[in-house]
Amino acid sequence: MRPGAIVSQYWPTVALFALLLGLWELAVTVFEIRAYLLPPPALVWDALWNADFSWGPHLWITSLEIAGAFFMAAIVGVMLGVAIAWSPLIANALMPFLVFVNTLPKVAVAPLLLIWIGYGILPTMVMGALIGFFPVVINTAVGLSQIETDMLDLGRVFSAPKWKIFLKIRIPNALPYILSSLKITATAAVVGAIVGEFVASQAGLGYVIANTQSSMNTAVAFASLIWISAVGLALYGLVVLVARLWAPWAEGVE
Amino acid sequence: MPDSLIDLQQVGMTYVAASGPVEALADISLRVGAGEFVSLVGPSGCGKSTLLRIVAGLRPATKGVVNVTGRKVTRPIPDIGMVFQQPILLKWRSILQNVLLPAELAGRDANGLRKRALQLLDMAGLGGFAEKLPRELSGGMQQRAALCRALLLDPPLLLMDEPFGALDAMTRDDMALELLRIWGETAGARKTVLFVTHSIAEAVFLSDRVVVITPRPGRIAADIAIDLPRPRTVELRASEAFGRLSLDVFRTLTGRTEGSVAV
Repeated sequence: MRPGAIVSQYWPTVALFALLLGLWELAVTVFEIRAYLLPPPALVWDALWNADFSWGPHLWITSLEIAGAFFMAAIVGVMLGVAIAWSPLIANALMPFLVFVNTLPKVAVAPLLLIWIGYGILPTMVMGALIGFFPVVINTAVGLSQIETDMLDLGRVFSAPKWKIFLKIRIPNALPYILSSLKITATAAVVGAIVGEFVASQAGLGYVIANTQSSMNTAVAFASLIWISAVGLALYGLVVLVARLWAPWAEGVE
Repeated sequence: MPDSLIDLQQVGMTYVAASGPVEALADISLRVGAGEFVSLVGPSGCGKSTLLRIVAGLRPATKGVVNVTGRKVTRPIPDIGMVFQQPILLKWRSILQNVLLPAELAGRDANGLRKRALQLLDMAGLGGFAEKLPRELSGGMQQRAALCRALLLDPPLLLMDEPFGALDAMTRDDMALELLRIWGETAGARKTVLFVTHSIAEAVFLSDRVVVITPRPGRIAADIAIDLPRPRTVELRASEAFGRLSLDVFRTLTGRTEGSVAV
């Protein structure tokens, strides 16, 4: 995009954002709202860069959990999707279970995960993976079945074994679908990580927010929120970038 | 007739649809000799594409015997190259990698066939496009790449399912000439070609024999020898013999008798 086009596309967003910030600051001053109810933007900004809150380690832990959740969901999801597309028998056996697991409210499972896996970052990762794996399964299975009969015949004409047709034709053909589901999973992994930290944790951005309930330091909660969305956006951007580099032919499949 | 490469005896095919069994093909007996170029002509839905897939071993015949290169066909056999209506090139692979795909699928040494693949691309006029992605090529060029892919393992039998059906009329005529040139230029014994089309002119122009198939169920209505000289040229299309043969095929297809055709 040309710089001019970027400016003309994004100036309304920036202007609206600045306007809201201004109104926020103004409202806090005019109505004398206490900082623990609604901290002024300036206070949030200070908290965002205040070394006392040791953002670095918290950011690291949460990023690790999100990345772990994302890769678990991606790997398990693709494997299940391939299994479902591989044989109708496996599909019939697995699908009801997967739908059941998907309808469970994951938050309700969190305490169980703690009992089974113990404290630490692993249960949080599993939590995120649980929330994010289902779209990957479905998109992988759908992507694998979205293939022209002629393309399958092409593989069969050369007496290729089934696994080779999957590896060389069907899986690459499904890549656009898989990559597009990973964008959803990127967001879900963030939700999972924060929920996991809420339930039990000693560190992380979600832990910081949970703690502000007792300290009433609302500005810190806001700052933590901003950090969380920064991590989420970074992961999302990374997935989009990888998709574009890895499957440039897939442009337009959303 | 020389050794028959394809030998179909009373082949029939019935499939089960929601409304009950449907007879798609009935009593098809056909022999194609080595090196012959035979076209199957018929209206859409007459079962000619199904017949081609039965010969390829992709669909089972429900009646009769199918022999290809002396073997009974029950599932796909080697020695067959196939070209479909769409090029169906893998869009994530370069043209060269697409042409080499059969080697990988059949478990052959793809690297060793690289040189042959490049030669085929050269012959098809795609020498400069080996490293391009399919989407960078026109429809006609993509279909020529698909032809190279079918020829990679040097199969004695080439099955073509309306390969030029998706192309515009001018490209289509041009491709017919190209196909004949490549067919004639290929080193070694001439390949046997079974070519499905619904264009009468295309069938007459390309073939040694035109087999006319009428629908519901698909049956062979006539087997017309095309005794036009080779190599075939563009001028041939304007000749009296070409017109007479085309008319023969047309009359068999439509079942109209002499004199009833308004031209």
